[in-house]
Amino acid sequence: MNSPAQQPTDPAPGPFESALRTRIDRGEKALVPYMTGGLGDWVNTLGAIASAGADAIEVGIPFSDPVMDGPVIQEASQRALEAGTTPASVLDQLSAADVGVPLAVMTYANLVYRFGWDRFAHALVASGVSGAIVADIPLEESEPWCAAADARGVETIMLGAPTGSDARLRRVVARSRGFVYAVGLLGVTGERESLAGTSSEIAGRLKAMTDKPVLVGVGIGTPDQAAEVCEVADGVVIGSAVVRRALETNSPEAVGELVGEFRRAIS
Amino acid sequence: MGEPDASGRFGDFGGRYVPETLMPALIELEEEFRAAWDDPEFRAELDHLLTEYAGRPSPLTECHRLSAELGCRVLLKREDLNHTGSHKINNVLGQALLARRMGKTSIVAETGAGQHGVAAATAAALMGMDCVIYMGEVDMARQELNVFRMRLLGAEVTAAQSGSRTLKDAVNDAMRHWVSTVEDSYYLLGSVMGPHPYPWMVREFQRVLGSEAREQSLQALDQQLPDVVVACVGGGSNAAGIFSGFADNPEVSLVGVEPAGGAAVGNGVPGIVHGMNSFLMQDDVGQVLEAESISAGLDYPGVGPEHSFLSQSGRAIYESVTDAQVIEAFVLLSRTEGIIPALESAHGLAWMVANADMLRGKSVLLNLSGRGDKDVAQMMDLLADRL
Ligand SMILES: Cc1ncc(COP(=O)(O)O)c(C=O)c1O
Repeated sequence: MNSPAQQPTDPAPGPFESALRTRIDRGEKALVPYMTGGLGDWVNTLGAIASAGADAIEVGIPFSDPVMDGPVIQEASQRALEAGTTPASVLDQLSAADVGVPLAVMTYANLVYRFGWDRFAHALVASGVSGAIVADIPLEESEPWCAAADARGVETIMLGAPTGSDARLRRVVARSRGFVYAVGLLGVTGERESLAGTSSEIAGRLKAMTDKPVLVGVGIGTPDQAAEVCEVADGVVIGSAVVRRALETNSPEAVGELVGEFRRAIS
Repeated sequence: MGEPDASGRFGDFGGRYVPETLMPALIELEEEFRAAWDDPEFRAELDHLLTEYAGRPSPLTECHRLSAELGCRVLLKREDLNHTGSHKINNVLGQALLARRMGKTSIVAETGAGQHGVAAATAAALMGMDCVIYMGEVDMARQELNVFRMRLLGAEVTAAQSGSRTLKDAVNDAMRHWVSTVEDSYYLLGSVMGPHPYPWMVREFQRVLGSEAREQSLQALDQQLPDVVVACVGGGSNAAGIFSGFADNPEVSLVGVEPAGGAAVGNGVPGIVHGMNSFLMQDDVGQVLEAESISAGLDYPGVGPEHSFLSQSGRAIYESVTDAQVIEAFVLLSRTEGIIPALESAHGLAWMVANADMLRGKSVLLNLSGRGDKDVAQMMDLLADRL
């Protein structure tokens, strides 16, 4: 297995990674909130999230069968789908929006497969999206998508989970672009009462292997939990807490306020 | 029907499309299954359970009155006579033994009609393991008896409340549960679907019924094989089991019967859900459609990847029947042979009725995958003004 330093193919950081590095190089922590595309006033919500201090944003493209997601994001996905959201509608609206920070989409394999690996990568670039996470494409299935994404310059963010061996995590790190997504716990997306012990542990294991940014996501629901895990990690991904606020209020300002609290807690 | 390739594919179909958290567990599962399957002690223990506990071999019944009615020679493989009432027990005993061998203390499973759930709960009781079953809320209502059975057997039955609230959603919830508990729990998938190695492993555990049926057919038919082998297809495990006994003989036609409202092979296009690439009922952008069938066990928009492969290669054909045809077949078998079939299995017979002209004079082996006791309450309403 190649160590990351030996990977001849590691390209120069793209816009997504560069934005995170800019923050991290200042000795601060990176903040990447998640918002479901097509949910309520979502485009304005992205703007509010950016203004509140996010370094980049993950935009969910809703899928009918989101196996990596807990109840909050399931509910948001279902509502967005009922409102007629499609991959094309999300990308169309993104291409017309000027959010001000780099974006990555987060979605599931079938929507990308159906679109066509290369057509999807091309559509991301055309819509101004820098990166992508495909929740049910592990390393073993990554080749066709990653080949298309690499060719178009899309940063494919890979996940490292607490169940992975060191050898496996090294391969994840080597394949990941944008940042390395440390899965904070054994489970699906959703808020938890307290920070799982696995969160700092997986962040530490991954940090020891790479100088790519390592952000923890899944199970970070409060600013305090974010601050705690940022003692080890380079930053956090905040999903369900943000989406729940959006579901409850449908107010970009209210979501922006929450993101601001996370920003103040970690920087 | 052989092994999938190193990436877990049968031709273009299969694979392992799962969240990263589960990948190490799938790799381990494949290794453990290979080792167990090569271990004579494991095989002997499974054989012992299949005979002493599940009642194998199941008989092959020649149906004289039905044969006269249809004009072809009908043989039934009687999986309905197994303990717990269907072929599901074959797979469940194999996987539960494997789970125990792997040191797992609890089992999670999905269920549609409840037959797999009942079988899983049964195996968990037998082996002293905890058992959590996910079942769509809609299915819990139409298969109340099986819900009670699972609870009686000590399982916790949890309603899947998202989406169509049927089998597809129960699979989603079972996978989510497994992601959260992967270190202690074993995901006991009920059909030849999901990520590799399940489609292959479940088919191997169901192979026993195909091997038996082959031997029994040779005996019943004067050393001939049947002309046609028919099975219903939900995820495709009973079909894979019986096909495996005949696939190497190209002169035997293999027919999978899907419900008209859940015909993944018939109406689907390749897609990725539940860890596999296979034919899938989906809309233009790739959102999975909801299946709609009278039979909870076939109410599934996907199909196991090996069936997609068998269809693409032309080795098996897949056709569909309507709910109305199935109701008639349910009554027909009850009246002509004194056998009340599961609604799932009645799909195979419904296809035979619809194709009786083509089958005239031939020998046809139908896999009677399960018994109809579980469906009686539902059928009481549907047949109220006829009986
Ligand atoms: C009696 C019976 N037959 C068939 C099926 C369908 O499953 P498969 O296609 O895996 O055989 C079920 C599922 O619940 C069943 O209970």
